[in-house]
Amino acid sequence: MHELSIAMSILDVAGEEAERLNAKVVAVRLKLGPLSGVVKQALLSAYDLARESSLLPDARLEIEETPLIVFCPTCNSEQRPPSIQQLCCPVCGTHTPNVISGRELEVVGLEIVDGYANTAG
Amino acid sequence: MAMQTRLVEVRQKVLKQNDVVARALRQRFHDDGVFVVSLVSSPGTGKTAFLERVLAEVGKKHRVAALVGDLATDNDAARLARSKMPVKQIITGTICHLEAEMVRSALDGWIDPAVEILFIENVGNLVCPASYDLGEDLRLVLMSVTEGEDKPLKYPTIFNTADVAVITKIDLAAAVEFDLAAAKKSIESVRPGMEIFEVSAKTGAGMDQWLAYLESRWSDRENSKSKLRESESHPNDPAAENVGLAAGAV
Repeated sequence: MHELSIAMSILDVAGEEAERLNAKVVAVRLKLGPLSGVVKQALLSAYDLARESSLLPDARLEIEETPLIVFCPTCNSEQRPPSIQQLCCPVCGTHTPNVISGRELEVVGLEIVDGYANTAG
Repeated sequence: MAMQTRLVEVRQKVLKQNDVVARALRQRFHDDGVFVVSLVSSPGTGKTAFLERVLAEVGKKHRVAALVGDLATDNDAARLARSKMPVKQIITGTICHLEAEMVRSALDGWIDPAVEILFIENVGNLVCPASYDLGEDLRLVLMSVTEGEDKPLKYPTIFNTADVAVITKIDLAAAVEFDLAAAKKSIESVRPGMEIFEVSAKTGAGMDQWLAYLESRWSDRENSKSKLRESESHPNDPAAENVGLAAGAV
């Protein structure tokens, strides 16, 4: 269970940006991949707990789950494997460790209101 | 008064702070000529018994050291110290994994600059350590024959971020009716192409193959370093590709 420390890191990243922009953050957009090692529901709960005592108590967390995509060397194309338990091409069955998408754990956007400082900022 | 909101694009990895420290560690290890191997597994897989044997064997040829992470005790460090090699415990308190900063601060003033291979034993946990790059060159995931052949399918992420797999307690395989082929198939399914070793820290079975592999990875790194000195080019070195997986590269 490391979602709480992940949630705090998300708030840190968003807080730094907010300070730079001199804006109030109302939402944080996050890309989350199935191979990130982070569970969406656990993260949402942890985030709600963490934001209360952060500089961004009003910032919602919006999670966009990214698909798992691998590169199949046989088909020479990007493919979506059946699951994270089976990293293989759904067309030809070739096993491939080449993950194109699925490890994301990234803040990709902020919804902000300009000109507001955050609570303690 | 309605607030006007607007969207701003940001691109920041959530664990960038850890990644920054890990990158600096990797550079430092590279500059100092330290090859770093991290070990992850469930509690009870036998990481410490395995490492005890590895330290004794590798220590005959190389200068080695080990950092070992645990929530509460220093029992593992005490066991590993029997190998007479430098060992240091990192007690994480309530934290269920090691982070790059813990490694960095444990090394300061402790590690002998002449160390050639550093082992980092993570906290026994197959979930959280997956997300944290420690600056290692090689991430080793271990599972024991008593844990069931489908362990990799239950914890695909950690197996996916590892570079090599070791099946431990192979001396007990028959007693627990362990299906080696099924276990290998599970590993191949979640991390295609990963090398797999079967060992017993108790009897020493399979240790020679693993040690030979470790030696070859160590010398690959040494060779790539001397090539680097000649050419000063580096980013797309094929030897670095597997290392990128340990880094949880996105």
